[in-house]
Amino acid sequence: MSDKVLTPPEHKAPVAFTRAQLDWLPWLAPLAVDEMSARHMASLVDAARVKSPYFRLLARDPDALEARTRTDKDIFYNPDAGLPRAERELAAAATSRFNGCLYCASVHARHAATYSKREGDVDRLLDAGVDVDLGERWSAIVAASVALSATPSTFGPEHVDRLRRAGLDDLAIADVIHASAFFNWANRLMLSLGEPAVAAGA
Amino acid sequence: MPATDADVIDALVGIAQGSDLDAIRARRPEARTHAQATYRALFAPEKPGAVSLQDRFAVGAFVAGLHGAAIVAARYGERLVESGASTALRDAVDAAVAEAKTKGPYGSYPAGPLSREDSAGPVYRAGAVTRRGLGPRLAAAFEHVHMLVFHPRDAAPAALQSLLDAGWTTTDVVTISQIVAFLSFQIRVVTGLRVLAGRP
Repeated sequence: MSDKVLTPPEHKAPVAFTRAQLDWLPWLAPLAVDEMSARHMASLVDAARVKSPYFRLLARDPDALEARTRTDKDIFYNPDAGLPRAERELAAAATSRFNGCLYCASVHARHAATYSKREGDVDRLLDAGVDVDLGERWSAIVAASVALSATPSTFGPEHVDRLRRAGLDDLAIADVIHASAFFNWANRLMLSLGEPAVAAGA
Repeated sequence: MPATDADVIDALVGIAQGSDLDAIRARRPEARTHAQATYRALFAPEKPGAVSLQDRFAVGAFVAGLHGAAIVAARYGERLVESGASTALRDAVDAAVAEAKTKGPYGSYPAGPLSREDSAGPVYRAGAVTRRGLGPRLAAAFEHVHMLVFHPRDAAPAALQSLLDAGWTTTDVVTISQIVAFLSFQIRVVTGLRVLAGRP
């Protein structure tokens, strides 16, 4: 008997990019908590993620999930110099906006707004899209993230030059590259294994 | 053996020990280590299960080929040969790249204000000859992979059901999805760092 996809419960689908909290409903069966081995649990890295259907679905390949999560955390949370956290989140939000991942964009737009205090600019990115003028430094980061995300990539020396003129050193430019590249990973999982929903009660 | 393979991103970028990029990658040591650990988990797993190494490298070569990332595609193509793939399979992967290559991202949003951003593009269905070379399971996987690479916002439960109907399990689909998604990362890190290295 082959496996079947899930039919999500009745819900309201978001139709615009937003900084509001969204839910995510899986199209494939996550592991049930009581069928998770010690290896599955460890692959979550953060024990609280056992509540997330997304992470319990990815835990079906625990080695890939654990390595994915540890890569993610260092790219975004490593405090050692480079690109400020707010701008790593900006690159993640811009990549998600470009690829069309409403769920990922909502999470990282919230983070970008929290760390930068530039809620208006983040909202303009969400509303108008990746070509909006956010001031030279932010626009340079968004343009580089978008160029790298195109398939095939259109990222070139002109993007590096523009980021340098905007004041980024090479570690910060490498952070832009990694943040954008990582969301090309994350967006594809979030978009293809389930769907966003307006949070219950919202 | 692959478990002790040299760092794939370093190798594909051409990062020499002691170089500027070596120093930059060393500032994000966990990301460097675990990008490689992800590669090992997906391409040198302890238990490949129903997604054979040959399947994994066939998908890898297809994804890299679709990205037009020649250096990366050459590496996954070599590994596909080493995994024992027949000439027919290798030819089918090359044919699939030629049939399926386009530009992304495109796709549709849920009906509403974002509909004005909808952009149409091809849905890949493997040609008859390519399908024979790939076999039905891998052909179903490649059709899904193309959507993930170029128009992931068109994803829908029906696409996943096609994979399940072709004989992949839910866990296999998670692994295949991780392979495509991870390569979408690895290829862009390689592309980005190569550009940076070329601009000292």
